[in-house]
Amino acid sequence: MRRLNKLGRIDRSQPIAFTFDGKTMTGFRGDSLASAMLANDVTIVGRSFKYHRPRGIYSAGPEEPNALVTIGTGGRREPNLPATTVELADGLVAESQNRWPSLKFDVQSINSWFSPFLAAGFYYKTFMGPTRRSWMFYEHFIRKAAGLGRAGQEPDPDRYEVRHLFADVAVVGAGPAGLAAALAAAEAGAKVVLVEQDFLAGGYLLSEPSAGQAGAWLAGMLARLADMPNVSLMTRTIAFGAYDGNVLGLLERHNSSSVDPRQGEARQTLGLLRAKSIVYCTGSIERPLTFANNDRPGIMLASAARTYLNRYGVLAGKRVLVAADNDSAYSAAIDLAAAGAQVTIADSRAQPGPQLLEQARRGGIAVRATSMIAKAIGGHNVRAVVLIEPRGKTTLECDLIGVSGGWSPTVHLTSHLGIKPVYREDIRAFVPGKLGAGQFVAGAVTGSFTTEAAVDDGHRAGNEAFAFCDAARSSQAQVKFDLPKINAKLGVIGDDGNSGLRPKPPLSPAFSTQTNEGVGGKMNLAKGKAFVDLQMDVTVSDIALAHQEGYQSVEHLKRYTTLGMGTDQGKTSNFYALSAMAGLRGMAIPDVGTTTFRPPFTPVAVGALAGLSHGHHYKPFRRTPMHDWHVSNDAEMLETGLWMRPWFYHASSRDVNEAYVAEMRNVREAAGLMDISTLGKIAVQGPDAAEFLDRVYVNGFAKLPVGRARYGVMLRDDGIVFDDGTTTRVGDQHFFMTTSTARAADVMSRLEFLLDTAWPDLRVSVSSVSDEWAAMSVAGPKSRDILAAAFPDLDVSNDALPHMGLLEGRYRDRPLRIIRLSFSGERAYEIYAGASVGKEAWCRLIDAGTPFGLKPYGIEALGALRVEKGHVAGPEIDGRTTLDDLGLRRMAGKSSGFVGEVLGRRQAFSDPERPRLVGLRCVEDGRRLRGGAILFRPNEPVQGHGLGRITSTTYSPTLDAWVGLGLLATSAAQEGAEFIAHYPLKGEAVRARVVSPTFLDPKGDWFHG
Amino acid sequence: MLQIKCPCCGPRDHDEFRYAGDASVGRPAHTDADFERWYRYVFVRENPAGAHREYWQHVMGCRQWLIVERNTVNHTILSVNFSRGTPA
Amino acid sequence: MYGYSVFSILRNGLSGQKHWPLAWRAPSPKSNYDVVIVGGGGHGLATAFYLAENHGIRNIAVVEKGYIGGGNVGRNTTIVRSNYLLDGNTHFYEFSLKLWENLSRTLNYNVMFSQRGQLVAAHSPDQLDGFSHRANVMRLNGIDAEVLDRDEVRRMAPYFDYSETARFPIYGAHWQSRAGTARHDAVAWGYARAADAHGVDIIQNCEVTGFIRQGERIVGVETTRGKIGAGRVGLAVAGHTSTLGRKAGLELPIESHILQAFVTEPIKPLVHQTVAYGADHFYVSQSDKGGLVFGGALDGYNSYAQRGNLGIVRDVAEAAVALMPCISRLRILRHWGGVMDMTPDASPIMCPTPIDGLYLNGGWCYGGFKATPASGWCFAHTLATGAPHPLIAAYGLDRFRTGRTIDEAGIGPFAWLQ
Repeated sequence: MRRLNKLGRIDRSQPIAFTFDGKTMTGFRGDSLASAMLANDVTIVGRSFKYHRPRGIYSAGPEEPNALVTIGTGGRREPNLPATTVELADGLVAESQNRWPSLKFDVQSINSWFSPFLAAGFYYKTFMGPTRRSWMFYEHFIRKAAGLGRAGQEPDPDRYEVRHLFADVAVVGAGPAGLAAALAAAEAGAKVVLVEQDFLAGGYLLSEPSAGQAGAWLAGMLARLADMPNVSLMTRTIAFGAYDGNVLGLLERHNSSSVDPRQGEARQTLGLLRAKSIVYCTGSIERPLTFANNDRPGIMLASAARTYLNRYGVLAGKRVLVAADNDSAYSAAIDLAAAGAQVTIADSRAQPGPQLLEQARRGGIAVRATSMIAKAIGGHNVRAVVLIEPRGKTTLECDLIGVSGGWSPTVHLTSHLGIKPVYREDIRAFVPGKLGAGQFVAGAVTGSFTTEAAVDDGHRAGNEAFAFCDAARSSQAQVKFDLPKINAKLGVIGDDGNSGLRPKPPLSPAFSTQTNEGVGGKMNLAKGKAFVDLQMDVTVSDIALAHQEGYQSVEHLKRYTTLGMGTDQGKTSNFYALSAMAGLRGMAIPDVGTTTFRPPFTPVAVGALAGLSHGHHYKPFRRTPMHDWHVSNDAEMLETGLWMRPWFYHASSRDVNEAYVAEMRNVREAAGLMDISTLGKIAVQGPDAAEFLDRVYVNGFAKLPVGRARYGVMLRDDGIVFDDGTTTRVGDQHFFMTTSTARAADVMSRLEFLLDTAWPDLRVSVSSVSDEWAAMSVAGPKSRDILAAAFPDLDVSNDALPHMGLLEGRYRDRPLRIIRLSFSGERAYEIYAGASVGKEAWCRLIDAGTPFGLKPYGIEALGALRVEKGHVAGPEIDGRTTLDDLGLRRMAGKSSGFVGEVLGRRQAFSDPERPRLVGLRCVEDGRRLRGGAILFRPNEPVQGHGLGRITSTTYSPTLDAWVGLGLLATSAAQEGAEFIAHYPLKGEAVRARVVSPTFLDPKGDWFHG
Repeated sequence: MLQIKCPCCGPRDHDEFRYAGDASVGRPAHTDADFERWYRYVFVRENPAGAHREYWQHVMGCRQWLIVERNTVNHTILSVNFSRGTPA
Repeated sequence: MYGYSVFSILRNGLSGQKHWPLAWRAPSPKSNYDVVIVGGGGHGLATAFYLAENHGIRNIAVVEKGYIGGGNVGRNTTIVRSNYLLDGNTHFYEFSLKLWENLSRTLNYNVMFSQRGQLVAAHSPDQLDGFSHRANVMRLNGIDAEVLDRDEVRRMAPYFDYSETARFPIYGAHWQSRAGTARHDAVAWGYARAADAHGVDIIQNCEVTGFIRQGERIVGVETTRGKIGAGRVGLAVAGHTSTLGRKAGLELPIESHILQAFVTEPIKPLVHQTVAYGADHFYVSQSDKGGLVFGGALDGYNSYAQRGNLGIVRDVAEAAVALMPCISRLRILRHWGGVMDMTPDASPIMCPTPIDGLYLNGGWCYGGFKATPASGWCFAHTLATGAPHPLIAAYGLDRFRTGRTIDEAGIGPFAWLQ
């Protein structure tokens, strides 16, 4: 066991059982999965992406490239989680990935043998033959080999929530800088939200011995913040992305105490944090070193070894080599030695500072200067290391190698809005560029790596952030408060006298030493793979090859080698790759550029982003006031444009094709009732309402008498038909407009647009009254009798209510409008009643109408009835047709000045080849027409786009024939001409004759009178 | 999320609004029969990389059409005004 | 050209990879070229390649302000299909698909064109009728197309939501088996390498700042690396066509909008086709590396920022979970945005311009990737002959004046809605 009896922030009184690859293990409350695995002597955690090399735990945070595991089972299965970020929970089931049959023996590790042929980009150069579809064959195997974990196929059983948060000051990262910034802003009076990805606040301080001064300082700060009602500290919350409008995307994890969320509890919450100002205290990430076999289990970042020791009480190795090019790794070495490990430091610098050496000596640590690792030895765990020193090579036995190549500020979030990080030569690192208004940085992310500096910087940034969002209060307050002092004795004292949690890296860009810089050909000092990107299996020689072949821009390098494309987004590999390419090209690092950091900082579940919007909460559909009646009367409901509408009624037939014909027949023979509440309804009012309608419709409304309705057509500005509907003049200055269901919102918005932006001088107001009215249409020869029976108080005679007439009354104390309109060709009435009494009005009509044979009908019959009558609808008004195309030009008459008039006369619109509306009648017995069939002349070759197409069809029970509407080239559209309607999907070719689109009652006798 | 400070309702996320493009193109008078002017109004766009005057309607709020001046490169919003009463 | 093959892989594998040459040179600009193509994206590079390959013109420069393939060819969701409805589009995209089918061998560069088929789910009987119409048109034009019923869809894509509670039930699907995906970067690199082998100068980090005129005619470009004379200049800078067009004095019906794309962590094979949702803007495929690559609608307002807003990220995630409940737990690794040239009919503009010597290839909206080979082929023809290739006859700039727009979705001149 590597677990010590002392040290750490774990609770040894609370053991936690979990399994890894089926083996039961025990950790403690406060462990991460990685620390618990280490404590249980798990060295190999997974197999690598390409070469299937054994991999262990490399870091202690979200930068982890190696230790990816699958957590959970069934629908809760979640692949590719870094064990370093998983909080240990009771019953947690973890599984290794990318290995078969087992982790210890993986067949595909044979890939390593072929690695000379698997260099970067090899797949661009082969798999091209022997035939042009060969790639499909090779790809099958490549796809199987690729990927890491396996996703579940079951639906996710858990739920997610969304939270909207508002803050004066948001602080990202609860390390020393973030804590200080939060306290400064909060003391000044700001509402502060402090987010921390870890389950504990403290950042790097958690890696310090908890009994020491760092622990005390941290405890003091947390206690103080906890007392402040205006501070909200959110742990287990990752700020995954920075977005426009000072919005941070947060992901809060809830499964802290158990593997699965408790009943009713969300698994994760997506937070949308809108802050007036943001302070980024995102810290920094230690850089690895490159040498042969630098990926072996037992090799980890020096700071990670220190974190496992001080935070989790796990001594990751007993014989430790710490390899570094900077001071900071000495802290790890000293702590590991103090815990009982035998530690050697290989420092690539020729002369580490005397104070450092003295501290190391006192800790019993051997320091080897000018010493670099050439190679690690060992397969499933490192056994020894070969060092290169001026006197030659030395081999040292060891079971843990801690590496440190300096630190990279975590500039991801500050780059998300397109602000490129800038390079600082003095610290050899990228720091955030000049951020936008209201955004601040503090701490290690700025490149000042000491705790003292972080605290001071955080304090300053917190004050500035408050000043930005509340200048008035900030100038009064002149905030002063006692920031707990953190003194200089903490950690290792560097030779520059700073308290040295993170001493400055050496100033000289030492190409000769083992650092992140490489020189062409000399980047790897021994044979064996030296990895740059551990997760994507990209090696030093891959970078050299990319350079050799001209993939030299940073983005080409990244895309050609796949460097940085893993789930860790290259958090540990990015800098090395840049500096290596700079070395190869003989350029300075900033001249090579930097890749773009994209959100999310760490991967975010698709389900969490969807939040509550799934199932019937996703684009919730709309119900009419009569919805329940339809459902309880066995209607087959169909969604059309978010509305649920009756498609047909099972009482007519179980089969839609039989049902709609029966429903049509009933309308033609008796009467039918249709729910049309989904129509858009707009009240157009004001002294200039008539003038306004004259402009938006192609036909005139100014002369429409009060109490009369008119069918109208509107165009878009480009002259294409936009929508149609009827508008009724209910008062001198008051019109009641209806729109199609699909266009209701667009028409409303368009009317408002015209009034607000184009014609503000018109005294008109428009308001949507769609939801105020329930609407139903009763159509058929018996419709008037039914209306009279249902509303005996109203005079619905032909004189009182002629075709296109309006009758107003009251029903159940609410206004009632009956407009006599027909789209079916039958005598028909649209009845508008208050929405709240719509269902009653419907039932009343049904009750009154049943003796007359009234039956409800659905939208399938509705569509069929209008086809029989030759009325255009959605399939014809498809956003590409003009007034002429649809045979509606006559409506425009002599009027002018309507929307779309000028561009509606564009040249191509009068092309004789342009399709226009025709009626089509099937002339073959026992065959049918289908919408979507393409029309050809009888002897024409059947290829290409034909002369036109069928848009809508129906069987006409009245004519006992299949009829349809179509769009057919004007030059060919002579009545009586025969065409073949081809439907290749079914291999059909059906003869159809061009006829008038008004199939029934051309003079309109049925609906008049 | 862009935040648009609606002069009627206060700062709101842009997804409460309906966008309608370039507000710098002048709409010809409704009686104007000049083809060229209508063609340019409907189709030709300056499409600047930088400050852009554009229409947004607060559909989930006051339903007013607004003219928003916004930088198309960094999405900074420079001004928000009611369309009514704002000279084109 | 140093050939790529299994033999060259073996030879280099055994010799420490030392024989691989530069994939393309890094020449300094000459003072004059027969043709200068502005924009080193897929379309520009393909144009250069076909100018050399089909028309024997070798004195060509492709000038690119950044690195080649850094625009939309390297940012898209890599779907290739030819399921277009309208005359003017149908044959162009089918021609493109045919070029795709041989592209790896044409270029001697594996662009990994994988014809895994495209499935577009239908969520209502009407939608299925619409898909049938499309499929009929495709078949009559010699393009493979099928309409599948619910059971057939279920066999092919078991991961859709077929439950009683599915928000958008599956009624069937449109299926084009020859559709697929390709490795986007490889397309740019493959064309670059093949063009370079024909002597084309690919000049990176060279931004065009203006145009050189002789009278009314454009005779070259001013760049950050000096003046470059040109017999003809072709613009292929989709996303930024307006900016450069303005410098040349072109008035264009183009707006720049952001389309976002997303990739999840790599997983073992799950989605075997490219899949699109009929109820909303959502499309997904799985890359050879294992990540699910998906996209959705435009951000909805003019933008030149190569990044998107969080609202669309959420919309896309919602659609993803609604269609494929099992991907709820999969995690998004990266999301990014590309700047699209949006036109008033969502179809491209490719033609000689009113300005002598200047040719335009732009307005690709969100569909430029699949068009890359045909676009290069036809634009090369246009540049070589001065007249549009017959396959792009419908893509002229004048169609907005004449009314011959090609509006597949029927949305009209509202770029942000297209």
